[in-house]
Amino acid sequence: MSKLAEVLAAAKAEDRAALIGYLPAGYPSVDGSIAALRAMIEGGVDIVEVGLPYSDPQMDGPVIQKAVQAALDAGITTLDVLRVVEGAAATGAPTLVMSYWNPIERFGTDRFAAALAAAGGAGTILPDLIPEEADDWIAAADAHGLDRVFLVAQTSTGERIALTTEVCRGFVYAASLMGVTGTRDAVSGSAKDLVARTREHTEVPVCVGLGVSNGVQAAEVAAFADGVIVGSAFVRRLIEAPDEASGLVAVRALAEELAEAVRKGRR
Amino acid sequence: MTDDSAFSDAFFAASYAHVSPQPDPAGHYGEPVYGPSGKLGGRFMPEALMAALAELTEAYHKSKNDPAFQAELTHWLRTYANRPSLLTEAHRLSAQAGARILLKREDLNHTGSHKINNVLGQALLTRRMGKKRVIAETGAGQHGVASATAAALFDLECVVYMGEEDTRRQALNVARMRMLGAEVIPVSAGSRTLKDAINEAIRDWVTNVEHTNYLFGTAAGPHPFPSMVRDFARIIGVEARKQTLELTGALPDAVAACVGGGSNAIGAFHAFVPDESVRLYGFEAGGSGVETGLHAASITGGAVGVLHGARTYILQDEFGQTLPSHSISAGLDYPGVGPEHAYLHDIGRARYEPVTDAEAMEAFRLLCRTEGIIPAIESAHAVAGALRIAPRLRAELGREPVILVNLSGRGDKDMHTAAQYFGMEV
Repeated sequence: MSKLAEVLAAAKAEDRAALIGYLPAGYPSVDGSIAALRAMIEGGVDIVEVGLPYSDPQMDGPVIQKAVQAALDAGITTLDVLRVVEGAAATGAPTLVMSYWNPIERFGTDRFAAALAAAGGAGTILPDLIPEEADDWIAAADAHGLDRVFLVAQTSTGERIALTTEVCRGFVYAASLMGVTGTRDAVSGSAKDLVARTREHTEVPVCVGLGVSNGVQAAEVAAFADGVIVGSAFVRRLIEAPDEASGLVAVRALAEELAEAVRKGRR
Repeated sequence: MTDDSAFSDAFFAASYAHVSPQPDPAGHYGEPVYGPSGKLGGRFMPEALMAALAELTEAYHKSKNDPAFQAELTHWLRTYANRPSLLTEAHRLSAQAGARILLKREDLNHTGSHKINNVLGQALLTRRMGKKRVIAETGAGQHGVASATAAALFDLECVVYMGEEDTRRQALNVARMRMLGAEVIPVSAGSRTLKDAINEAIRDWVTNVEHTNYLFGTAAGPHPFPSMVRDFARIIGVEARKQTLELTGALPDAVAACVGGGSNAIGAFHAFVPDESVRLYGFEAGGSGVETGLHAASITGGAVGVLHGARTYILQDEFGQTLPSHSISAGLDYPGVGPEHAYLHDIGRARYEPVTDAEAMEAFRLLCRTEGIIPAIESAHAVAGALRIAPRLRAELGREPVILVNLSGRGDKDMHTAAQYFGMEV
């Protein structure tokens, strides 16, 4: 069992959802992002996603776009991202890389998988890589013992959910709503339906992301999902902080709020 | 073997009969093209859009073989878009070039460019799919204007995303789109040009996919766009092939077209792919020169990667970040190219060369002064390319070559840029 699977199983044993937090590498700086990821983990996040900044983030809303652009403007590279992974993974928390596909292909599919494994990374989430295009990545991930998370969406047919869950290792990422990353006032009700439809096809845990930004929403999602994924709300804490230290405080506080919520969700 | 219809599976099969494996079997999921540099095309897009891409692919394959759809499209092309477009023999330009130059006059289409061909097809498909809202991206504004036009004609709500930088360069087209009832949204993310407008349009699509169709403006992006846009554009080459045969009694020695995303070029090339004697030349935007790094020549100066849903030649750095493109022509200012061009390049069927801003503007002025035709700056790249290959072909053939140039659009929209370039008062 991979470390990621173990952490998800442990959460399940506690009859709660796992908490998964996202932050992009390199924002506000390379070291600053390591500190923020660690603050998140200290606050109670079980699993972290390290975003690999990309010039054309088609699936991201304005908050993540802003942080990612700042990281790129400061000259972040894939090598720095791997350093951030190392910094986060050193805490013991399973650390995934969230990336668009081209930077990985350009780095070298196998080279990236090897480097990620060497950095202590647990696997990847690749939002623009569908199973039909993923043969090379699946082979590389398997060769280096990495988990591979693929996404299902509300518009996915049963056939596509079957195809996707078949290749998922670690967990299945269920996109709770149709749209890009960002905080929303309400979590879409059909997320529950998507999780149920996904579970018809797989035993792999199903975690829900997109639009979850506070404890109330996290508890709501935790009631039916194996994991709750929060991204933009964390990034916003960093963007809105007057300085790095208060950003870390805000990130830790949000992680604490969400960690409590995922434990309340099923009561 | 060239049929009169806009497109057909039979013709497609014939075009690539010599290629194995077949690049685009009419089917369900878009089987990518395999070239010597590996897999091209494909569908690198979020899962959330897979249902919409599948729906569009199905609607396209059904319509493509449906005589009623073909008749409807042909009706609008003939009675609205001004097809067939003329073939003009450019006598004075020919004398200067040392080649017999024939101009395929896509500049005379309604809305002023080849873009209307694709947009009418996609708008009709939208109607067939029962969707009421269309979105589009635009660089030079020609595709945006064509989309706004078709939306007005077919009573569809229309939103056009345009890089902020481009809204400044092409202010006249912004006004045209708004006059036609479209909403134009300037995009201030990233490099504020076409690639960022595409990102924003994809974000809109993923959010509103249930009732929205994406009218993609070029033969790039995820399947089915490269083959669908090509099929809607290929009437350019089908007509030009016939017109050239009628005029000269033979096929041209070469076809020249400008290549940004590559829809006008693939439209001009496609009917000629099986004609081995016809050389196909794509002229990319060389900007200040490929060696300066300030260009938009994805094939000549880029490398294979994935951008906007397809694997193809793109401008990228060593870590796979898209590099900004540069061209005096907003319509060619894109750091990628359609995967079928990548394929034609890889198999050696078409040649791609960069044309600099300076060469394009010189050809722009020459065409104005010799033929009384003000071309789009995009199309001026094709004219410049034709002037460049003329002596080469002449030497190779030992006679005056016949070069078919796709004049993809007219230059009214570029007057401000041209006046500034030539230091004239507007």
